[in-house]
Amino acid sequence: MFDPVRNWFLGFGDLGLVVWLVILILCIAVPVILAVAFYVWWERKVLGWMHVRMGPNSVGPAGLAQTFADVFKLLFKEYLLPAKSSKLLFVLAPLIALVPAFAAWAVIPFDQQVVLSNANAGLLYLLAMTSMGVYGIIIAGWASNSKYAMLGAMRSAAQVVSYEICAGMALVGVLICAGSLNMTDIVNAQSGAYGIFSWFWLPLLPLFVIYFVSGVAETNRLPFDMAEGESEIVAGFHVEYSGAPFAVFFLTEYANMILISFLASVLFLGGWLSPFPESWPLVGIAGWWWLFGKAFFFAFLYLWFRAAFPRYRYDQIMRLGWKVFIPIALAWIGVAGVLVYFGWFGLGGAR
Amino acid sequence: MQEIKNYTINFGPQHPAAHGVLRLVLEMDGETVVRADPHIGLLHRGTEKLAESKPFNHSIGYMDRLDYVSMMCNEHAYVRAIENLMGVAPPERAQYIRTLFDEVTRILNHLMWIGSNALDLGAMAVFLYAFREREELMDVYEAVSGTRMHATYYRPGGVYRDLPGQMPQHKESRWHKGEDLKRRNARREGSMLDFLDDFADDFPHRVDEYETLLTDNRIWKQRTVGIGVVAPEQALAWGMTGPMLRGSGIEWDLRKKQPYAMYDKIDFDIPVGVNGDCYDRYLVRVAEMRQSTRIVKQCVAWLRANPGPVIVQNYKVAPPHREEMKESMEALIHHFKLFSEGYCVPEGETYAAVEAPKGEFGCYLVSDGANKPFRVHLRAPGFAHLSSMDAIVKGHLLADVVAMIGTYDVVFGEIDR
Repeated sequence: MFDPVRNWFLGFGDLGLVVWLVILILCIAVPVILAVAFYVWWERKVLGWMHVRMGPNSVGPAGLAQTFADVFKLLFKEYLLPAKSSKLLFVLAPLIALVPAFAAWAVIPFDQQVVLSNANAGLLYLLAMTSMGVYGIIIAGWASNSKYAMLGAMRSAAQVVSYEICAGMALVGVLICAGSLNMTDIVNAQSGAYGIFSWFWLPLLPLFVIYFVSGVAETNRLPFDMAEGESEIVAGFHVEYSGAPFAVFFLTEYANMILISFLASVLFLGGWLSPFPESWPLVGIAGWWWLFGKAFFFAFLYLWFRAAFPRYRYDQIMRLGWKVFIPIALAWIGVAGVLVYFGWFGLGGAR
Repeated sequence: MQEIKNYTINFGPQHPAAHGVLRLVLEMDGETVVRADPHIGLLHRGTEKLAESKPFNHSIGYMDRLDYVSMMCNEHAYVRAIENLMGVAPPERAQYIRTLFDEVTRILNHLMWIGSNALDLGAMAVFLYAFREREELMDVYEAVSGTRMHATYYRPGGVYRDLPGQMPQHKESRWHKGEDLKRRNARREGSMLDFLDDFADDFPHRVDEYETLLTDNRIWKQRTVGIGVVAPEQALAWGMTGPMLRGSGIEWDLRKKQPYAMYDKIDFDIPVGVNGDCYDRYLVRVAEMRQSTRIVKQCVAWLRANPGPVIVQNYKVAPPHREEMKESMEALIHHFKLFSEGYCVPEGETYAAVEAPKGEFGCYLVSDGANKPFRVHLRAPGFAHLSSMDAIVKGHLLADVVAMIGTYDVVFGEIDR
């Protein structure tokens, strides 16, 4: 559909290619930023409902413009550079956190053929990008030269490193079942005659749970939000940040949450595939709307967790990660191998 | 190799979990607390000294501002001390009203505690649920005294005025109108006692709600079980009282052991813990909320059946009626004397304590026969509790300090005085 436009741009040589790619990137980045804005609004509304209060309701219809008001307030605010901070790194840290959060979107397939980069090593790229984000947090905590920020950075480093392993293990299971690192292939490997029961969540149920919980931990959300740990270390790694750099951290966190929601849907819930068998009329048709619906479900879970759970303690998170999740994930990778070898659950098509 | 030094952290006074103005200097080995040094005095207002320069009646309002989440209990201790010295006995109805409001206050305080303790440990919802109920009790405070917090409702010789016959209703606003407003006012059709009775029927279910979110929650248990264990001997040695003491398994409650007001005529139990950790103290306080509801029910039943005076008819201590003042010269003089000079309290000293929600709140009062106290000393339970901070949190993690501050239920109004 876009081929004529693309070819027109390519007619200008390398410059045209760059312009075309920038347009594509903006087509993903701008909606992601807008999604973050509405996601923040939705979070505050959902929390409001769950807390028997109203949530934002004054700026714009139903408070919809509240987030934009907040963003502009933050952007226009003076941002403070702590006197004894490491200035360059202090300014750089939010960007280091932000870039991978957006770069990861490059390989997310929204529908058959609708993907910015149909990379063969898509899954590896994702692992790399999601791991990079933690550097922003560590650098922010270190460069602030604040004790609270330092504690936050240390916590975050330990936590993300351990949960990265859990998430990585869970992805290995997906990799074994799909037989491919390409995201589109992973989704296609989940298509089958049984609709929702053909997806990977069923044979890989423990890995699915581990992956999403690790995702919550990686994005530093409740009940794993000790990197911020409001009541313990005030705001953790971003305690010294104000104005626009703070807004960037905020944006990163929510972009990452949406990213994890999309990833969990793509990897375990069959991406854009319909939960009903393909033979069913109308509801059986695959399409991007299914993916967005699934991602919305996960994004909602994030908020639900936040409303319901107390916060884990630092060492308890580590214990959960290393003593529970990693052994289970390791064991289930073996199970996944067996399932694929014998071709149960319709797996093993890729061999 | 470089020498590894401990890390000193300034926890508060501006800290989200400092419960006001607690300044805690923490020496940390990584995340482990090596030494905790609580600093107090940032909310010192010199209440005890102020009380020395004012007639007795004028200081009741200061008592509200000590522990500003259990207002009337503080008043109760002070007012009882004055009554002890003067030998004034309030009428029975006043005693029942005091019992009722001591328990309303206990629920208010424990609601605040459960909310902020849960919020400190990250459970946000409980805080707002607790405030929903707190709001209703605040309305009760407002209905009897005119203010939501600093009531000045207890007076030597009784209480300021009788319970209102009509519970104030919500007014129409942009957010609440029509059916919604009707629903909100449904329980406010009758008298304040009807409202409280309704509340007491409903409240145990609300407590169930908080318990659903916390009691069996794995994360909540991981954060509180075995944290901040206080052995019974230690608890006694530190002078702990209230839930801090009962959480360690010592059954000590002034309401039972040295009954005041009408507690000896009322049926209730004292919940005690077993292990003396944060979880047991949590359970004790939750159980206390249920017991307080029982007491409220009993008081409401008695108060409904037995109308009568709520303050002594001795005009040297209590003001005469407004109407009387319009006609009677003597009443007018009494009123003028009472509100200018006050009354002289016979020489002597006394200690009056009540079981405030946080523990034993006592007032030591010395009078030299003048119209002002010679010395007022206030025993704040939180002060004794806070002194144990270092010994208890040593070796715990930073996050446990937060859990511990939550379970101390510190309020700096009373600690700094």
